[in-house]
Amino acid sequence: MNDVLDVALRLIVVFAVFLVLPLVIGQTEHKVMAHMQGRLGPMYAGGFHGWAQLVADGVKFAQKEDVVPAGADRRIFQLAPAVALLPYLLVLVAIPVGPSEGAVGQVIDAGLFFVLAVMGVGVLGSVMAGWASANKFSLLGGLRTAAQLLAYELPMLLAAASVAMAAGTVSLPGIVGAFEWWWLPWQITGALVFFTAGLAELQRPPFDMPVADSEIIFGAYTEYTGLRFALFLLAEYAGIVVLCALTTVLFLGGWHGPFGGGWGWTLLKTAVLAFVVIWLRVSYPRLREDQLQKLAWTVLIPLALAQIALTGIVKVAIQ
Amino acid sequence: MIGTTLAAAAAAGSGASPGFLSPSGVEIAFLLVGLATLGAAVVTVTTKQLVHAALWLVVALGGIAVEYLLLTAEFIAWVQVLIYLGSVVVLLLFGLMLTKAPIGPSPDADSGNRWVALGVAVAAAGALVWVVVDAFRTTWIDLDGPVQGSTAVSGEILFRHWVLPFEALSVLLLAALIGAIVLSRKNGDTGTARQEGKR
Repeated sequence: MNDVLDVALRLIVVFAVFLVLPLVIGQTEHKVMAHMQGRLGPMYAGGFHGWAQLVADGVKFAQKEDVVPAGADRRIFQLAPAVALLPYLLVLVAIPVGPSEGAVGQVIDAGLFFVLAVMGVGVLGSVMAGWASANKFSLLGGLRTAAQLLAYELPMLLAAASVAMAAGTVSLPGIVGAFEWWWLPWQITGALVFFTAGLAELQRPPFDMPVADSEIIFGAYTEYTGLRFALFLLAEYAGIVVLCALTTVLFLGGWHGPFGGGWGWTLLKTAVLAFVVIWLRVSYPRLREDQLQKLAWTVLIPLALAQIALTGIVKVAIQ
Repeated sequence: MIGTTLAAAAAAGSGASPGFLSPSGVEIAFLLVGLATLGAAVVTVTTKQLVHAALWLVVALGGIAVEYLLLTAEFIAWVQVLIYLGSVVVLLLFGLMLTKAPIGPSPDADSGNRWVALGVAVAAAGALVWVVVDAFRTTWIDLDGPVQGSTAVSGEILFRHWVLPFEALSVLLLAALIGAIVLSRKNGDTGTARQEGKR
């Protein structure tokens, strides 16, 4: 196939996934949360069980006036949602969904580093938003976001390093390709640490202190309305897609599975993890800021280091 | 700033390669990104808005990551993004938010030492450009051959030929880490005592 056409086609597919999957997860969250709380959730928009609720929300957001507070730093205030959203689009390009050559947007040699590096940049968007809003609640939210990133980036990296050691490569297709079923018990601690730290980096409950509505309204996003606010929400849901897909690829064997395996398995595992993310939001209370920090520094980092030691010992033993 | 000079020096180095009179697309891109990086670096140190300076630093550091990519050092490029953009700048912004950093210009952002600082910066830049140009004058990267900056190659070179400097650096960083902990504990002693008294 023509090279340019091939690249264009891949980018279009990745972009379509980027637009569709976060909305699917958002709608699932509406419905799952509702049923867990004994409600029905949205039922009207679109007819069948309110499937078009988020489309309607999007139309609503697009109609709203785009307000920039008078005291805000205009340019940075307007730039922040893009900085928060775009990294997740970039990360999706590197995630392999199937065993074949064509099942990944772009094979990147140091793929693991690429995805973790770019995901970390997304947090800059929240920090910029928090500072540029000229609002003390926003500033507090931005501060908490930054503190949370600094605390949880390290365990996430260490857990990812453990799986890279096990596979002997930092390329994402390489890691999935090397996966064996017994990696699951071997790397389970790393998987839990990675997933928990990822949740914290996305500021999802129970780690949503930076946007705690009962204390600081909506943290860094307090002053945002309309489309820019929608972009921040989209970034959160795109973040869930990326985190669940990454956990699947790194720790759950990606496209491996009984009955042959294929891209369907990646999607299924990602969907199950996304369900867990929503489930956690419904069932756990929010951690306090000091509990948040304590969890990262005294539980997750030692666990991740222990996992690395275990990985090293087993790796040497089986060689 | 150091990275910028390195990039500029490397640009000069690639200019001295056989394709000097008919630069390839990659070389032109390299030069343009280098200029953008240099511009962002200059704005970083001249702007009077503190947070803007930190954000321009993001642009400058990101530009250097792009330069690494163009030099086929993929691994180094992503590490640059991970460490500098993802962590160091966030730490900087965190620190700035703890201060009074206003929206709009800070009148006292200019230090009285700026001419001395400029002199030191120019001297450092000159030395680095000279060293890098002198070291890599006749070296150029073969883009069609095997990738020279891949993770495997970087790892092998680092842990086969440069193990001793690597370990020495690790010990240095460990010492700095312990030093930082000691310093913060020394100042924080009264603070923790007060906190415990409160409880």
